[in-house]
Amino acid sequence: MNAGHGNGAFVVFEHVQKSYDGETLVVKDLNLNIGQGEFLTMLGPSGSGKTTCLMMLAGFETATHGDIRLAGRPINNIPPHKRGIGMVFQNYALFPHMTVGENLAFPLEVRKMSKADIEAKVKRALDMVQMGAFAGRRPAQLSGGQQQRIALARALVFDAELVLMDEPLGALDKQLREHMQFEIKHIHEQLGVTVVYVTHDQGEALTMSDRIAVFNDGRIQQLAPPEDLYERPENGFVAQFIGENNTLEGTVETIAEGKCTVRLGDGSVIDALPVNVSRPGERTLLSIRPERAEFNPARLPEGTHTVKAEVLEFIYMGDIFRVRLRIAGNENFVIKCRNAVGQRRLRPGEVIDVGWLPQDCRALEAA
Amino acid sequence: MKTRHLFGATALALLPAAAMMAQDQATCENCANTMTVVSWGGAYQNSQVKAYIEPYKAMHPELTVVMDESSAESVAKMRAMAEAGNVTWDLVDTLASDAIRMCDEGLVMEFDDIDAVLAPAPDGTPASEDFGDLLINDCFVPQIVYSTTFGYRTDVADWGGKVPTTVCDVFDLETFPGKRALQKRPIDNMEWALYCDGVAKEEIYDVLGTDEGIERAFNKLNSIKDQVVWWTAGAETPQLLADGEVVIGSTFNGRLFSAIVEQNQPIAMLWDMQDFDLDGWTIPADLPEDRLNRVLDFLYFATDTQRLADQAQYISYGPARSSSAPLVGFSEVLGVDMAPHMPTDPANATNTHLYDYGWWADHRDDLDAKFQAWLTQ
Amino acid sequence: MTQATADQARGSVLAADGTPLKVSLRRALRAQKLRALMLIAPLLAFIVIAFLMPIADMLFRSVENQIVPDTLPKTVVALEDWDAKGDALPGEPVFAALHDDLVVAAEAKTHTRLGSRLNYEDSGMSSLLRAAGRGAGRMNADEPYEAQFIDMDKDWGDIETWRTIKLYSGAYTDGYLLNAIDMQKTVDGPELKPASQRIYVMLFLRTMLLSLTITFFTLLLGYPIAYLLAILPLRTSNLIMILVLLPFWTSLLVRTASWKVLLQQQGVINDLLVWIGLISDANRLVMINNATGTIIAMTHILLPFMILPLYSVMKTIPPSYLRAAKSLGANDWTAFWRVYFPQSVPGVGAGAILVFILSIGYYITPELVGGTSGIFISNRIAYHISISLNWGLAAALATMLLIVVLALYWVYDRMVGIDNVKLG
Repeated sequence: MNAGHGNGAFVVFEHVQKSYDGETLVVKDLNLNIGQGEFLTMLGPSGSGKTTCLMMLAGFETATHGDIRLAGRPINNIPPHKRGIGMVFQNYALFPHMTVGENLAFPLEVRKMSKADIEAKVKRALDMVQMGAFAGRRPAQLSGGQQQRIALARALVFDAELVLMDEPLGALDKQLREHMQFEIKHIHEQLGVTVVYVTHDQGEALTMSDRIAVFNDGRIQQLAPPEDLYERPENGFVAQFIGENNTLEGTVETIAEGKCTVRLGDGSVIDALPVNVSRPGERTLLSIRPERAEFNPARLPEGTHTVKAEVLEFIYMGDIFRVRLRIAGNENFVIKCRNAVGQRRLRPGEVIDVGWLPQDCRALEAA
Repeated sequence: MKTRHLFGATALALLPAAAMMAQDQATCENCANTMTVVSWGGAYQNSQVKAYIEPYKAMHPELTVVMDESSAESVAKMRAMAEAGNVTWDLVDTLASDAIRMCDEGLVMEFDDIDAVLAPAPDGTPASEDFGDLLINDCFVPQIVYSTTFGYRTDVADWGGKVPTTVCDVFDLETFPGKRALQKRPIDNMEWALYCDGVAKEEIYDVLGTDEGIERAFNKLNSIKDQVVWWTAGAETPQLLADGEVVIGSTFNGRLFSAIVEQNQPIAMLWDMQDFDLDGWTIPADLPEDRLNRVLDFLYFATDTQRLADQAQYISYGPARSSSAPLVGFSEVLGVDMAPHMPTDPANATNTHLYDYGWWADHRDDLDAKFQAWLTQ
Repeated sequence: MTQATADQARGSVLAADGTPLKVSLRRALRAQKLRALMLIAPLLAFIVIAFLMPIADMLFRSVENQIVPDTLPKTVVALEDWDAKGDALPGEPVFAALHDDLVVAAEAKTHTRLGSRLNYEDSGMSSLLRAAGRGAGRMNADEPYEAQFIDMDKDWGDIETWRTIKLYSGAYTDGYLLNAIDMQKTVDGPELKPASQRIYVMLFLRTMLLSLTITFFTLLLGYPIAYLLAILPLRTSNLIMILVLLPFWTSLLVRTASWKVLLQQQGVINDLLVWIGLISDANRLVMINNATGTIIAMTHILLPFMILPLYSVMKTIPPSYLRAAKSLGANDWTAFWRVYFPQSVPGVGAGAILVFILSIGYYITPELVGGTSGIFISNRIAYHISISLNWGLAAALATMLLIVVLALYWVYDRMVGIDNVKLG
């Protein structure tokens, strides 16, 4: 399902630009191919352009420049109601004056389907989201999670091949949100529809997506499957934005065969994976995930470079310990270790050696 | 005609404008120092202020006069004040018909001996004789005679050079096509309709007192009904004439005078069958003594022969005293000879209509209901 | 076991100081209620004085008729036995009673007031009683009064005069209310007036019809404006809002004058239409001094009362509903009609009720621009208040109007549901 990089892409953004005021670009030269059946998430902070992209796809905003194609045909001039795209809105936008059943029947009625067809489809859609018993209720009589399901069912009931979701779980509490994530994912897999999902919640993005497009400042910073995005961020923004991340500043000493050594501010040298650096002497920003740093030398391979670290804080979090360290002048270097059998509990003031696998320390461009 | 007898003596000689003589300050024993006078506002009230109120105040500097412009609703307001038990007005300018109503309702005071209240004419003729028949009841002191009459545009192409000469030309749509403005009330219109339907002037009210007569009047009015714009405020007709919305219309003669003389509109007067009406003073019933003393003192002054003649300097309404008529002449203020513009001028008053107050007091409610019903049919 | 728990066991809960909880609660609430009552007391007093009392007074006046029994107490009693349906005049005792009453009334000068009152029912009563008050004192007590009265005015020998007095001899009468619906009291009971004198029912109907038309036009014109106000950015919508509220800030008379300039037959609009050749000079449109004038002027005046409630309701409708509808395949019209409009209905209801009820009571504008075909029932009420002084009839007409409005309100509640109205 991770297909869609080729010419047969289902949704294509080609050099799309968008400006509201004629002075600044909200979306800058967007190029994106989405494959049929793919679950693609647009992730980014607010104002990054992700929602604008979604709205352009839905037809509620027009691209200032560039083409958007759906199933091979340009849709720039097709009004939203003829695009046949299902959409789930942030606050569900269930019509308050209609019952759940009427809400679901609406898209079918405007398509002039027969009564019997409508009834069958509505029933099927409701059953799919386990809301079969609620057809006669008004949206106001439903809980947030139930409304969410109805909104989902309504977006799917007319057999749209593409469903857009604009932060659909934003209004739900944490537990329900996690539950719904799985449910949406499940329905997606079951129906094989293409989903373009917008969120600013990286956990949600990582959980659900086939691929994630990380947006910042009107551009896609990285487009990759969740694992790649987390493990192999391609730039400082992605590294910072996805998951927890430690950074260290330094200068490239040597670089060869996909490996490099970096000298930190305090003079110590560590190993790293060159991602955005290419020559010795270049300034770099090292990115290390907290769970990949290790202070037990026994777990590190022979010859791994380590650095001296002073323990500043030890926080007990149940399943893990979280330790804040000072490394090369950075006082916010965090490591996480499992509360496993025999795990050592560090004490503030203690000085330890910390190291990591070279491939877990990514040398990115300096900020 | 009584009216002609009363006003026919108007001297045509140009008399020098009666200049206000500087008078010595007069005294008024046990008199209130404020007086609320109710009038109509506009040019008419202005003529009263100039002719009587300012001269009186010059003689009585201690007096403050409050002007209220509520005469149009005077009867309703008087009744409301009387019901509330707090009458704030001291002297009320009203139409004769309203005075009769207020007198019947007991809202205004009755004068037992009018000659004790009003000044005699300069030659000693008692006021009761000088005002004569215009003293229509015991509550009302008339000031002016005005008339409701017609004005027409002088530039109507469709008329082929002809101009209306009698009131019946108003009903002649063939010779004088165009819209007419008539007052939205039965009074005058019913009489004119019967007159033009061939009823002798003296028999108009006898005929109008029968159902057949009313029917006859409405039938006559029906002949022009779709060409009539009905007015309620006197200022409307001059405006409608000036705008060319109507070609002929009835209104108060003073309104037409301003349109013709002061604004030079292409309008001329049709005096035939002009309907005389009176406007004058009433005093609210049961005033406190000091207020009553003040009002009576003012009233004595304001209705004397010279004062009523002075008023005609400012507005083209005839003074209600016959002794004032000869004093009306060239108006320094307006720069015209007033006499030819007076409804009472012999040339204008060759054929007049007397509005019968008593008859209308009895029949107004009934005929108005019928008139309104007819209007909406 | 403490006392409190013992009480609890018996079913009455005690507060901390030992008083039963219910008493304690009531005491606490009483202070609160008293404070609340004091806060609304000025409003309550104002409503009673400025609203309820005038309405009560109006209702009372529409049936009140005490002036007749008060002025002619003996006559009214003497007339009780007289058969009004018969052909015979009441006998000498009645005339004698009338004489006695009139002597007293003339002294108090109330006979003319009675004359004004009865003249509303029978033309001529005014002068009849004025003369009778004057003449009664000079009558000879030794001769039959009947002859003396008839000698003074033959109308005293007319049976209709006596029927009128008899019909209106009660302290309360339904005469005004009957009159307000084009009926009259007769000796044979209430009857419809002759067709040529019926006017009020027609005016009530016209008032309803024109008010409905005006409501419809304000809705037609106001809906798009309110929608625009609701979706435009605040700065632009504030500017439009000022234009909407402009009618509140200009003098009615100034506006009336400009309507005349615009709408009259020699006015700007007609000139323009003639100039562009849409109508011929001979067929200029009549747009003022008739119902059209009233509709145009009042639609303008009442437009803000439609726009404001519509706007406040529309502002609460999120734009995402329209987007949702479109994404579901509805074209612009379907999205509006099926999704947006139903949600704006509470605003439509509120605006319609407001405009309709306001226009039903309007009289100045119809008076100024309505001519004869554009006047409302309120114009007749105003006429009877300030010109004819027939306050009883004015009150009866106003009472009828109140009943009609309440009835319409009830119908509206039945059809639309008053809960379905939102002012903001």
